[in-house]
Amino acid sequence: MARMTNLYDVSKCTACRGCQVACKDWNQLPAVIEPFTGNYQTHESTNGDTYTIIKFMEHEDPVDGIQWNFLKFNCMHCFDPACMDVCPQEAITQTEWGAVIKDYDKCIGCQYCTYACPFEIPKYRKREDIVTKCTLCYERVEEGLEPACARTCPTGALTFGERDQLLQVAEERVKFLRANGFPRATIYGKLELGGLNKLFVLTDTPDKFELPIDPKVPGQITFWQDWIQPYFGWLIPVALAGSAVSFVTTRILANKNGDHTEGGHE
Amino acid sequence: MGSNAAENHPISFKWLTEAREKRGAKIISVDPRFTRTSARSDLYCPLRSGTDIAFMGGMFNYILQNKLYHEEYVRWYTNATFIVKDSFGFEDGLFTGYDPEKRSYDQNQWAFETNEDGTYKKDMTMEDPRCVLQIMKKHYERYDIDLVCRITGTPKNKYLEVIEAYAATGAPDKTGTIMYAMGTTQHTVGTENVRSFAILQLLLGNIGRAGGGVNALRGESNVQGSTDWALLYHILPGYLETPQAKRDPDFETYCAVETPKTGYWVNKPKFIASLLKSWWMADDPAKSYNYIPKRIDGKHYEHIALFEAMYKEEIKGLFVWGSNPIVGGPNANKEQAALAKLDWMVAVDLWQTETSEFWSYKAVERPTDKDEYGIKTPEDIATEVFFLPACSSFEKEGTVSNSGRWMQYRWKSADPVGDSKADLEIVHKLGLKIKELYAGSSRVEDEPITHLTWDYGHGDHPDIDLIAREINGFTVVDGKPGPQVANFTKLMADGTTACSNWIYSGCYPADEYLSKRRDNVDTAPPGAKPIGSYLNWSWCWPVNRRIIYNRASATPEGQPWDTDRASIWWNGEKWIGNDIPDFGGTKDPNGPGGRNAFIMRPEEVGCIYSKRNEGPLPEHYEPWESPIKNLLNSQDLNPAVVIWEPEKQGQTDKYPIVGTTYRVSEHWQSGVMTRMQPWLAELMPNCFVEMSEELALEKDIKNGGKVIISTTRGDIEALACVTKRFKPFLIDGNYVHQVGVLWHFGFNGYAPDEPANRLTPHIGDANTMIPEYKAWLCDVRRA
Repeated sequence: MARMTNLYDVSKCTACRGCQVACKDWNQLPAVIEPFTGNYQTHESTNGDTYTIIKFMEHEDPVDGIQWNFLKFNCMHCFDPACMDVCPQEAITQTEWGAVIKDYDKCIGCQYCTYACPFEIPKYRKREDIVTKCTLCYERVEEGLEPACARTCPTGALTFGERDQLLQVAEERVKFLRANGFPRATIYGKLELGGLNKLFVLTDTPDKFELPIDPKVPGQITFWQDWIQPYFGWLIPVALAGSAVSFVTTRILANKNGDHTEGGHE
Repeated sequence: MGSNAAENHPISFKWLTEAREKRGAKIISVDPRFTRTSARSDLYCPLRSGTDIAFMGGMFNYILQNKLYHEEYVRWYTNATFIVKDSFGFEDGLFTGYDPEKRSYDQNQWAFETNEDGTYKKDMTMEDPRCVLQIMKKHYERYDIDLVCRITGTPKNKYLEVIEAYAATGAPDKTGTIMYAMGTTQHTVGTENVRSFAILQLLLGNIGRAGGGVNALRGESNVQGSTDWALLYHILPGYLETPQAKRDPDFETYCAVETPKTGYWVNKPKFIASLLKSWWMADDPAKSYNYIPKRIDGKHYEHIALFEAMYKEEIKGLFVWGSNPIVGGPNANKEQAALAKLDWMVAVDLWQTETSEFWSYKAVERPTDKDEYGIKTPEDIATEVFFLPACSSFEKEGTVSNSGRWMQYRWKSADPVGDSKADLEIVHKLGLKIKELYAGSSRVEDEPITHLTWDYGHGDHPDIDLIAREINGFTVVDGKPGPQVANFTKLMADGTTACSNWIYSGCYPADEYLSKRRDNVDTAPPGAKPIGSYLNWSWCWPVNRRIIYNRASATPEGQPWDTDRASIWWNGEKWIGNDIPDFGGTKDPNGPGGRNAFIMRPEEVGCIYSKRNEGPLPEHYEPWESPIKNLLNSQDLNPAVVIWEPEKQGQTDKYPIVGTTYRVSEHWQSGVMTRMQPWLAELMPNCFVEMSEELALEKDIKNGGKVIISTTRGDIEALACVTKRFKPFLIDGNYVHQVGVLWHFGFNGYAPDEPANRLTPHIGDANTMIPEYKAWLCDVRRA
């Protein structure tokens, strides 16, 4: 099945935040009202009851003058999701068409996924002891609908469809933008982390949108992913065998040394 | 300019984005601060609030001096060729005929020269020094680029970029459009601000053409409808003047005095007679005319005037219907104090509003002890307050008219919650009850009620279909509704037809209520390109015409200026095209009157020069509260405005900062509907004041910290939004700071905060009295 995704074109986004409300509406999430802190942005980042936010970033330089950048920030639905790899409960899975989704019945709230995510997107919801995030509205998509955010977007900044086709649209759009006043326009999500099931057309370099230029899965997670998890099956017997050997050898050594006291040399 | 479309009219912005992509359109954003609209524009240009006419005047000057106007269009379709009488003159900010006592003009001194047969004298070469074009050229000579920039604080290079980009739309095959909103209108010179846009568009040949126009972005989805239906004191439905006691004592005099000699308005008697007939079907219009209340000649009844009268205890009772004046009204402290002087008040709204609870303890709380108007506490308030719960737009049906004049039907999607009712039902029951109370009275003074025709079915909710038929109009047969008329051309002045709003006549000509149409196919005549008229989608007044004055979309000879945007054209026998001709359908372009494109005007051309209360051409005056003296003339303030509270004029010694108010996408108007929604409260939880980093540094204000903003009217507390997007203005060599406050907040809801309108003054435009919310003086300090 072809990958299905959202293309988010920042050059058309007016930051009306209809998507933020549509997301809360479809997912029936409570409002998390935090006082205004000097920026239009509602929250520092996503939270357990807020799967998507629009980030607001001001930049100023002598050539371009003021830039006010907006970015819809939510789960990137990585081709190779680190969160899925680290989940000890196998609560996170990937649909055939690329949505990374979560079975909250299996989630035990261990929060490994929150540390594994290169974008720090999944967040802990204390109330139910689970970790939540955007699901690309897979339940809507599987019924033939678009995600709630794409459905509501009034300016056409968000479009939903087959990733291959949207990638072509994005490439055309970047060409257009580069020729029309945005020489640093670029696509994000095409190659990052081996590909994201989320495409962005940016009017400037990713750092101007608080996106990592070269996102990386944290080192310990890679180790877990590449070494521990694949061999998890035989790791337990090995570990058990190791401890058995250690138990026996320490006894033997202890007996040899005639050391019967427990922890009290002083 | 004067609008922040991306934030406050987000759907409109979709079409701008599309125009940019498909046709390479350039979007220009002119605004005191860099907004979400500016972020999506090709060019951003700042100006100080209240200096729009200086900005536009500089554009006129540049366009006229460099002959960048659309010459043929200007010659044939505007009054640029008209000769003005010698009695017209202008000196140092005042036109001739000014009476400083009355603060008003004798407008007859600005009249046009006429020939003996009553027609206007013209100079088609536009070279006569007394012709409008030359008078205009002279008038705006003073508006040179450098002086304009000293007034507006606009960087010169940006200003020139804007002028050059926009003046390029004067080419016959190009069009440009101006989208404005309350940033343009809410000034003491609001009307002239809008007029200056109309003048610019006429000079560049951008009126009556697809892709042109002056687009009013309305503050509410049905503002167009409310104006058409006369939710204003000076008009009756269909823009017919309300009678004044001395000027219009009887029906005959009204028709004689209010009807012009030329232009389409010569039909006015038919419209007023049919309106009266729809209200009092059994009476002759000459009699029922006397049933309409007459206003006192020249007296003010606008929002500010009503609240001033309430404050002076001249008004006893008030209906506040879907309105929240102690949040949304200017000088909200005074308006709150005024409400406490009423005997009774009825509030109709979805929720308890700040206004419906003006008597509560919450309403008294203030951040400082400044009290200029004597705000009363609950124990001292004797006003009896009633609250009627109304349902929301999704819980009722009927039509809404958008700013393109489309009358679109909306069906109900849910039943009203609890006891809430549709506005129409509330009015209906009230009407029936009042009639019941007067039933059986034979007193003459009760006739306006006892004779009133109120026949809209038997349900609690009136029958919308019957109302719609009455709006369309019908022939009166034996004192009862007969067959509907085709449109307003069939209305009569003799009382044989009834029609409750002539401009809407034609919306229900036979068996189909056209506002319900939903055909989204855009068709064009054979061989022509469609231009987005969608003639079978809903219905548009007048007579389904989508672009008014569309005769101007064609050359004087009747062919499109630009085949890509052809609206109507002459095929040798008649006018055909993508729209309903705003013109006699078979009127030869080379025959008499064949080039008179503006049929609603007595002079039948577009008005570059037009009588308004402060003059025939827009002149720059500073706002009532301004940081500087007027650099263009010695009249600081618009000479024709009413000054209600002279003692409340803030001065720069105490209040050196320019203040303005505005909205954000996330909240709606006075916030009654949005502050009650947790998801929307989450998006914009607090009132904030936007200011530059420079001002914050000067005042030691931290981003996100609490500040007090004060004016002579009151103080409010808000959170600071310190941003690179707001810059100090270099005004005549000195830096002037400006701040902007959101006006959505009040003490109720999930996002309670203080109303910014406690700061704004009671002063309004010289023609409409729309309050000057957008430019006043204040001071800001850390709380």
